[in-house]
Amino acid sequence: MAEPVLDIRSLKKSFGAVVATDGVSLDLREGEIHALIGPNGAGKSTLIHQIAGTIRPDSGEIRFLGQDIGTLGVAERARLGLGRTFQVSSLAHEFSALRNVMLAVQGSQGSSFRFFRPVMDDASLKEPAMAALERVGLANRAGIPAAELSHGERRQLEIAIALALGSRAFLLDEPMAGMGPEGSQALTAFLDGLRQEAPILLVEHDMEAVFALADRISVLVYGRVIATGSVEEIRNNPTVREAYLGEPA
Amino acid sequence: MTRERTVNLVLLLLVPAAALAAQAIGETFYVTLATRIAILALAATGLNIALGLGGLVSFGHAAFFGIGGYAAGILATHAFNQEPLLFGLPGSKQMLVIWLTSLVASGLVAAVIGAISLRTSGVYFIMITLAFAQMIYYFAISWPAYGGEDGLSLYVRNSFPGLNTLDPMTFFLICYGLLVLGLLVFATLRASRFGTALQASRQNPTRVAAVGITPYRIRLVAFILSGMVTAIAGALYADLNRFVSPSMLSWHMSGELIVLIILGGTGRLFGPLAGAILYILFEFVLGGLTESWQLFLGLILLGVVLFARGGLIGLLAGKERHG
Ligand SMILES: Nc1ncnc2c1ncn2[C@@H]1O[C@H](COP(=O)(O)OP(=O)(O)O)[C@@H](O)[C@H]1O
Ligand SMILES: [Mg+2]
Repeated sequence: MAEPVLDIRSLKKSFGAVVATDGVSLDLREGEIHALIGPNGAGKSTLIHQIAGTIRPDSGEIRFLGQDIGTLGVAERARLGLGRTFQVSSLAHEFSALRNVMLAVQGSQGSSFRFFRPVMDDASLKEPAMAALERVGLANRAGIPAAELSHGERRQLEIAIALALGSRAFLLDEPMAGMGPEGSQALTAFLDGLRQEAPILLVEHDMEAVFALADRISVLVYGRVIATGSVEEIRNNPTVREAYLGEPA
Repeated sequence: MTRERTVNLVLLLLVPAAALAAQAIGETFYVTLATRIAILALAATGLNIALGLGGLVSFGHAAFFGIGGYAAGILATHAFNQEPLLFGLPGSKQMLVIWLTSLVASGLVAAVIGAISLRTSGVYFIMITLAFAQMIYYFAISWPAYGGEDGLSLYVRNSFPGLNTLDPMTFFLICYGLLVLGLLVFATLRASRFGTALQASRQNPTRVAAVGITPYRIRLVAFILSGMVTAIAGALYADLNRFVSPSMLSWHMSGELIVLIILGGTGRLFGPLAGAILYILFEFVLGGLTESWQLFLGLILLGVVLFARGGLIGLLAGKERHG
């Protein structure tokens, strides 16, 4: 079988006495959605942060597209094609939705040391950015400052930014959180198609969405992966039911 | 035309109009005042690149202002005494040569200061930029070759091809022309890819890194450009006063530039000019009434910070709209 797009081996991270990541190994393969579920405080966001580079692991290895990326900075990893969304939206709040996405296009083109041409007249930034906004259904809000977007719209904008980066893998940290049922359904349908473009590591609490989308599910509890498997396997796994789904075994 | 553009246009025309009017009634003192406004506004426009666009609160921009001033003073002194400067190169009394020297010298120093300071942020950044500027200040004080504490006099104002720089109005127009150029640089940067990344680095550096752009490098280049613009103003200031002294390098000067920007409107294109007009007016009007005019300035500043975050431009033109 081909090498996985993203391959995490024996990752460890402690915050003082809290072991947030306790020897996690998992991988993400071409074309799949790999869901990461687990109770609050299990270490899901911390894991995403370590893959994206915003938090450094204490030990372990992260390979992306066959390369050890452990020593690379956040920006270098993004340029390699790791597109992530934040659990709490993280945007340039004064800029419009469009300019936020244009910034990502600019980042993917590796062309930030250009001092003369106004970005707002630059079709090579604007067109791909508009296309990304259209795909997430935010085109009609392109001119609105990120600070004035609704919570759900900011979540959509985060995804548009990851799209505009031309990502080779998506790391989505609770993209449905606070979206409302309609928004969640639309996003579920969208992510379903997106996996063909690039595989998705999906952290999500919305079990309906997870069961509808995931090719594989890993369950994280107290920093450890207690099970990995298909939707059926996870649903029927007694340990998981006890530890996470909250049912007696 | 947006409201901000109207305000900007009025401000842009106001100062030359006042200078011309003063010239017409023979009050050249006011032409000099207008020249000071132009120079301070240019210095603050430089700082506005780092502070306004990048959110980098440099408390050490006097270093660049002083470097420009000393470039003018040192080159002119060597030219006057006909002593070679470095590597047998002569001094110069040409403003163009002096400006170029100011740009190169300040750019190099800003690269060093920025490379180190930008590894920190917040209060540490403020303190470390202050510390660097103070080092240069004490160096100038203890450097007898160029006047030490007493400073350095320029025997005659430096020259510009085809112009009589001794004429106050001509010199004002040179300074104002450079201010307009500085504003153009600021506006062009702000709208560019570089400016987008710089402003985004102020708003949310985590986001910038997540789209593959390293904020540190963006900020470093911004800091260098910022210092270079301020240095040009310093060279002009030396020519205005025909005198350079370590006071140009002191923390008071750095503070004054920050105050100008806050008064006028941080990050706004015409914030520095609005601030410089206000500052010089306060100094002139309040300074005539009381010795402790800076106390009143402090109170006004407090009022601006508490009640009018956008400064004068914000008050007149409302909140800024980005693309
Ligand atoms: N920066 C931090 N400093 C200290 N503790 C942290 C930090 N980030 C996360 N933690 C702790 O690590 C554990 C995992 O947190 P997190 O990864 O956010 O969980 P999840 O996303 O699964 O809800 C929690 O106990 C949390 O309190
Ligand atoms: Mg989380």
